[in-house]
Amino acid sequence: MKETMKLPVGEEATRLKGWWPAHRFLVLRRLSQAFFLGLFLLGPWLGLWWVAGTLAGSRTFGVLPLTDPLVLAQSLVAGHWPELTALIGALIVLAAYALIGGRVYCSWVCPINPVTDAAHWLHETLGLQKGWQPKRHTRLWLLAMVLIVSALTGTIAWEVVNPITMLHRGLVFGMGFAWALVALVFLFDLLVSRRGWCGHLCPVGAFYGLLGTYSLLRVSAPRRAACDDCMDCFAVCPENHVIAPALRGKDGETPLILSPDCTNCGRCVDVCSVNVFEFTHRFDQHVEALPPPERSGTTAA
Amino acid sequence: MPAATPLSPQRRRFLMDTARMAGGCALAGGALVWLARDARALPAEALRPPGALPETDFLGACIRCGLCVRDCPYDTLALAELGADGPATGTPFFTARDVPCEMCDDIPCVTACPTGALDPALTNIDDARMGTAVLVDQENCLNFLGLRCDVCYRVCPVIDAAITLELSHNERSGHHAIFAPTVHAEHCTGCGKCEKSCVLPEAAIKVLPLRLARGAPAEHYRKGWEEMEEHGGPLVEGVIDLPDRLPGPGTDNLAAPGGFEPSFTLPGAGE
Repeated sequence: MKETMKLPVGEEATRLKGWWPAHRFLVLRRLSQAFFLGLFLLGPWLGLWWVAGTLAGSRTFGVLPLTDPLVLAQSLVAGHWPELTALIGALIVLAAYALIGGRVYCSWVCPINPVTDAAHWLHETLGLQKGWQPKRHTRLWLLAMVLIVSALTGTIAWEVVNPITMLHRGLVFGMGFAWALVALVFLFDLLVSRRGWCGHLCPVGAFYGLLGTYSLLRVSAPRRAACDDCMDCFAVCPENHVIAPALRGKDGETPLILSPDCTNCGRCVDVCSVNVFEFTHRFDQHVEALPPPERSGTTAA
Repeated sequence: MPAATPLSPQRRRFLMDTARMAGGCALAGGALVWLARDARALPAEALRPPGALPETDFLGACIRCGLCVRDCPYDTLALAELGADGPATGTPFFTARDVPCEMCDDIPCVTACPTGALDPALTNIDDARMGTAVLVDQENCLNFLGLRCDVCYRVCPVIDAAITLELSHNERSGHHAIFAPTVHAEHCTGCGKCEKSCVLPEAAIKVLPLRLARGAPAEHYRKGWEEMEEHGGPLVEGVIDLPDRLPGPGTDNLAAPGGFEPSFTLPGAGE
């Protein structure tokens, strides 16, 4: 076993690169999550109505409509043809996430992400077993199920239980017992299934994943030749099956992480002590030719 | 008989996984159907904003964004909170007894709605039908007791159309009138100002959803007097019009065969 593998995740990167480069995207991501929530709270807290509404539908500066496309899709299959405002709002959101990566919503905007990240942190700290791990595509099944139930009942079915909009609406308008639902997601991720909610079940994530299948913004591993197998990126990635094809690709294979499951959270960029990863666009295929890395650890083990 | 081709383990695993997934989804979907249908039961005291589609359509159209709530200038509307309020979580409603609808001329809540769950075809607030007022408790209504409270009538934004005061004799005192507040549903918007203003600790007049407050005539019913007026005469030819036996002080009844003397005559009548 390699020496650096025994170090806590990200410690080597912090030591070699400094604290900020090793936590940059984590901090930016938390700031982004706080920013998007803060925009909605400016109104009720400070009386600054720049943004009104919730993540399901909002109005910015009195003109820009934004609508959650999955909510609107459920409304459509439920048999309601919405007004133009909502349709335009959904098209804007669709276009934006189709460009920057659907699951950017999951890691940079969604208010449940800090909850499940906290659950995962505690899960790791307590050293718990990974527990029930349903297949990754379970969420696609659930997405289909949500649309079918919407069509059958003529309602926007997922909004009856959706913890994302419940939490967001709760913070902006009033919580009721929605906190209990959020606590359930936390406990599920902590005790039942490691990274279970966002990684395996959430149909909203599944929808945004499909949306970003051909997105432009990608993480790439152009310096994969420098990889010293410390495994920190695999440990820190919430969807770690996306890394191997890019990182372990042979010559001629793409260094891009092309899986729609990748949330573009950028943590792999942070924790890599030899800077293998970087953000780029999906047509950037360049791979740096590097001298083979020092793999002294592997021989010593 | 040809030898059966050996079944591949991949095929078996695929079928097994698919069946398992479908079963799990059917289970979760069933629970979701139950929850979604359960959410349709709107409590009677929760009123939807003006222009709201019928409840079953509303739940397929309202994305629960809260923009109607934000644009309501009177803090009338609120979003239902999970477990704390009756209506489906996150949908807008108001409780007339707490804050009634002020019936803004420009209907900002309808204008704010991005999806049309609040129907933009509603342009005149007098056409709104959020529910209809019903005087549910005549026994405690002060006007029915013979007093002149009149508050529900006075505060009604559609006064003398949606609520009128109907006079009748006060049998108890013998020489006063009862001014009965009477709702005419065809003019009532269901704004709830009457319910809000009722002076009793528990309102005697309440705004109820139309489904609870109103009956409906059968489609084949025709009102004879209306048909006759439209037709300009009786619809059936050759109907024998028998003389009516009119009640009255004496004479008419005595004139009719088998008539009888009234039990009393008013002083000065029948001279």
